[in-house]
Amino acid sequence: MQALFSQLVAGLSLGSILLLAALGLALTFGQMGVINMAHGEFIMAGAYTAFVVQGVVADAGISLLLAIPLGFLVGGLMGLILEATLIRRMYHRPLDTLLVTWGVSLILQQAARDVFGAPNVDVRAPTWLSGSINIGITQVPAARLFILLLAAAAVVGLSLVLKATPLGRRIRGVVQNRDLAETVGISTRSTDRLTFFIGSGLAGIAGVALTLLGSTGPTLGTSYIVDAFLVVVAGGIGQIKGAVIAAFGLGLLQATFEYSTTASIAKVMVFVVIVVFLQIRPQGIFSVRTRSLA
Amino acid sequence: MSARRTRKRLLSGVAVLMVAGLVSAGCGSRVGASGPGGSSASSCVDTSGNSVKIGFLNSLSGTMAISEKTVHDSLLLAADQINSSGGVLGKQLQVISEDGASEPTIFAEKAGKLISSDCVAAVFGGWTSASRKAMLPVFEGANSLLFYPVQYEGLEASPNIFYTGATTNQQIVPALEYLKQKGVKSLFLVGSDYVFPRTANKEIKAYANANGIDIKGEEYAPLGYTDFSTIVNKVKAAGANAVFNTLNGDSNVAFFKEYRNAGLTPAAMPVISVSIAEEEVSGIGLDNVLGQLTAWNYYQTINSPKNAAFVQAFKAKYGQNRVTSDPMEAAYTSLFLWKVMVERAKSFKTADVRKAADGVSFDAPEGTVTVNGANHHIAKTALIGKVGPDALIHTEWSSGAPIQPDPFLKNYDWAKSLTG
Amino acid sequence: MTSSVIAKLPRNYGAVCGFLLGAVVLLVVAPAVLSDFRLSLLGRFICVAIVAVGIGLAWGRGGMLTLGQGVFFGLGGYVMAFHLKLADAGPSGVPDFMLLYGSGQVPVWWEPFRFPAVTLLGIVLIPSLVAFGLGIAIFRRRVRGAYFAILSQALAAAFAILLIGQQVTLGGFNGLNGFRSFFGFNLYDPVNKRMLFYIAAITLLVMLAVMWQLYRSRYGELLIAVRDQEERVRFLGYDPANIKLVAYVLAAAMAGIAGALFVPSVGIISPANVGVVPSIAFVIGVAIGGRATLFGPVLGAIAVAWAQTALSESFPSFWSYFQGALFVLVIAFLPGGLAALVGRANVLRDAVQRRLRVGARVASPSVASDTGNLVPPEPGLSGIRAGSETGQ
Repeated sequence: MQALFSQLVAGLSLGSILLLAALGLALTFGQMGVINMAHGEFIMAGAYTAFVVQGVVADAGISLLLAIPLGFLVGGLMGLILEATLIRRMYHRPLDTLLVTWGVSLILQQAARDVFGAPNVDVRAPTWLSGSINIGITQVPAARLFILLLAAAAVVGLSLVLKATPLGRRIRGVVQNRDLAETVGISTRSTDRLTFFIGSGLAGIAGVALTLLGSTGPTLGTSYIVDAFLVVVAGGIGQIKGAVIAAFGLGLLQATFEYSTTASIAKVMVFVVIVVFLQIRPQGIFSVRTRSLA
Repeated sequence: MSARRTRKRLLSGVAVLMVAGLVSAGCGSRVGASGPGGSSASSCVDTSGNSVKIGFLNSLSGTMAISEKTVHDSLLLAADQINSSGGVLGKQLQVISEDGASEPTIFAEKAGKLISSDCVAAVFGGWTSASRKAMLPVFEGANSLLFYPVQYEGLEASPNIFYTGATTNQQIVPALEYLKQKGVKSLFLVGSDYVFPRTANKEIKAYANANGIDIKGEEYAPLGYTDFSTIVNKVKAAGANAVFNTLNGDSNVAFFKEYRNAGLTPAAMPVISVSIAEEEVSGIGLDNVLGQLTAWNYYQTINSPKNAAFVQAFKAKYGQNRVTSDPMEAAYTSLFLWKVMVERAKSFKTADVRKAADGVSFDAPEGTVTVNGANHHIAKTALIGKVGPDALIHTEWSSGAPIQPDPFLKNYDWAKSLTG
Repeated sequence: MTSSVIAKLPRNYGAVCGFLLGAVVLLVVAPAVLSDFRLSLLGRFICVAIVAVGIGLAWGRGGMLTLGQGVFFGLGGYVMAFHLKLADAGPSGVPDFMLLYGSGQVPVWWEPFRFPAVTLLGIVLIPSLVAFGLGIAIFRRRVRGAYFAILSQALAAAFAILLIGQQVTLGGFNGLNGFRSFFGFNLYDPVNKRMLFYIAAITLLVMLAVMWQLYRSRYGELLIAVRDQEERVRFLGYDPANIKLVAYVLAAAMAGIAGALFVPSVGIISPANVGVVPSIAFVIGVAIGGRATLFGPVLGAIAVAWAQTALSESFPSFWSYFQGALFVLVIAFLPGGLAALVGRANVLRDAVQRRLRVGARVASPSVASDTGNLVPPEPGLSGIRAGSETGQ
């Protein structure tokens, strides 16, 4: 019983990490059709932001809280630059954006190596996030709980922005019918830029959060990018709730398989499940019916 | 002219070319004609001038660059020191560095280049077992020499490779003996999913079986895996006396963070690691590994004049904030061992060097090491260390004397079942 | 008829000349000029080029961006390695690594590969069958575009993890290595190494000849039609899934053959050759050379592999920047690859041709599409279009 409960927590925690890593992608890939392989490197940039902030502000707790908005800014700005220089030319060529952004990710990784050095750097966790918290019959590491809450906050925040703000209305309008949106006076260019800024910024937040659990090094992003894309593909295009369900589903699956087999076999089995699932629902869990003609 | 006729002409032209190609290539020897492992290729090493070429082959790019760059640094230091003290047999060393790019096939390719294009007298480098396995046929085929400076899983003894890192009976077995002495009755094994942890764990299980130690569990994570909540849950639930950690690289960071967050401490359940050296400590975070154990043959804190000189020279060349570690020291030592072998043989030829190798010893920073001519490994002293608050590793326990290398564990009764 | 011949003529001449030139360079010039070491290096590049030809078919012509060719490359390579390991095994019949790390028992599914004929069949058939199974599942459900690319990439990741976990039966992370003979020939003998080069070079030429025929066939045109307007092809009564499947399986078979040739010439096949990174690396050369042309993928693959060897020797860190930048610049600003440059130079010639071509076959395969594969099939009339397309 206790094992079951702690695995449930492990699965939810893994799901929340996948969700944080994939949320920005769900926005940029799901809503704009842009496959950004450099998303992983934006996550890495967020992690290094946490490292740099800690170099300035010694207190681990304050620096973490500062790093979250700063990570969002750093990731977002990098995304903005990428959008303005490259991706904007390629909205009609989604497969090519994949390859171009992969080239960008190579460059960013090497840049991180040259700036921060090849070895991992240490980001200290604040004392209130080390150790565990008792919940019912099991203990949950505080850092994992924090990430779960952060992921929840990110989802709620993003949904609010999309549902309740003028910007969100513009984004939804552009997603559903770009031409019509343009006709009624929405600037699709600035909407695209803002969407990309938010999506990449979310990657930055994910990076800050991941420093609590894993290593901070140049290859940080590559360990998450394939999984994050699988979440988006399984979740379906155009809706945040698809990504949420897919992330927690995959997290729980991985934790369950891993408990009964090994981590390696579990990863392979999760992939098989996704392929089988796409047989049943090729468009993912949810797909938005667009009102465009294409 | 129709397209069809074009095609016909084209095909006949190609056929002619193919036949010509095949004829000019002829057929080489069948197996057994010159015998595999034989020196069918003649060496092109040039020793006529007042310098001799050697090759350093480390990953300077890719995922392994983090570790291998440090080995490359200490090899360069050794070459500098040898050159400034008169070289080898009066010849200055001319170093040719190549990048293995963290890819076994590139290692094989570059080894071939160093041997047949650059004509080096010997090659120093390699890190992962895969890179060594990929290079092995190249060195055997060309009958050249490789010095491999990293602790590994044993079960190998090529006549063309000298292994200057520890084999399992100089690292894993002493670690187990130490744990047994400390009264450890049960172990949990955590490792990355590849050859070294799997081989090491097989040996650990055989040892535990013969010594009444209970193995409570055995878990493998894919290389680069970063989510250890399930594995740490299993470790915690099993409640062993200690954890034997053969994880590699980045996974260690995630593992130790999770381990500490789950409330497990070195006092209650120590982790003994065989892949965490001085330069990994800062990346994992000192808080997360403080007080945990490691098993190696060298630490920067070794108190000897020879080591003090090595550490000082290294810091002078590369910066005061750099640390020295076991693989770096083994690489440094390998170049000096080669020098002694060559000077004893009075020749750079592979066959002569090999003949002269047995019993060659060198006063290394880790202590005196001696080459075993039968299996090409070296006798080394095993040291169990503890991570201290200064982020360095301090010796807790020493095997006292150098342990003779035994890569196939022939001299251990409990290991009889392993190699059949 | 005459008009069609005239329209075809220049294109044929280009292909024939290129083909003959390639044959002469590979079979005569290279062996004469290069040292044994450089020649076997070129042999390795040729293996990559064979994979590239397949990717050119699946991606350039079929619009399927496959980021998982490493899987098929690995399948072919491992099958070849099974045979070489068994042949080298000695009297006990058990490969060395199984004695060291495993129980000393050869798994049943290794046994068929003791026979050379089964091995040669397996090299082609196993990757093809796997591709067939996957292709049926994926294309029938109309998974395409980015979804297909991401799935194929995840497949490569999963395959590498699976291989690494199989220490006892597949050599795990170290892979299979230490081969001493190749169908009875001593691999340490330089003459036999040259032989391997010839085999690889001839295989590449044969593959190119096959592709050339395929591209000019009715199937080749259908494939392009599917790439550019899948729905319209469906309305015409064809099943796009089948058309794509053929290209995907062919590309997989080529990757398998390339893997099998790679093993004896390099001496190792390991999970590092099949994962996400090598799989994308296969695509780089194709993109840079010109994805939809006949020779572009080959030249691109060889050029990129050569550049990596040459540049990473002296500037390991610079190579990463260079590779990334090359990728970004070529794909963003020259989607037709370097071959499109040749195309632009031929704009003038095209203008003349177009006048001749009035009333001739309008099978221009260079229509821009929603999947964005707008690349010209031959250095020819498409230079202008590719140019205008990038300008958007």
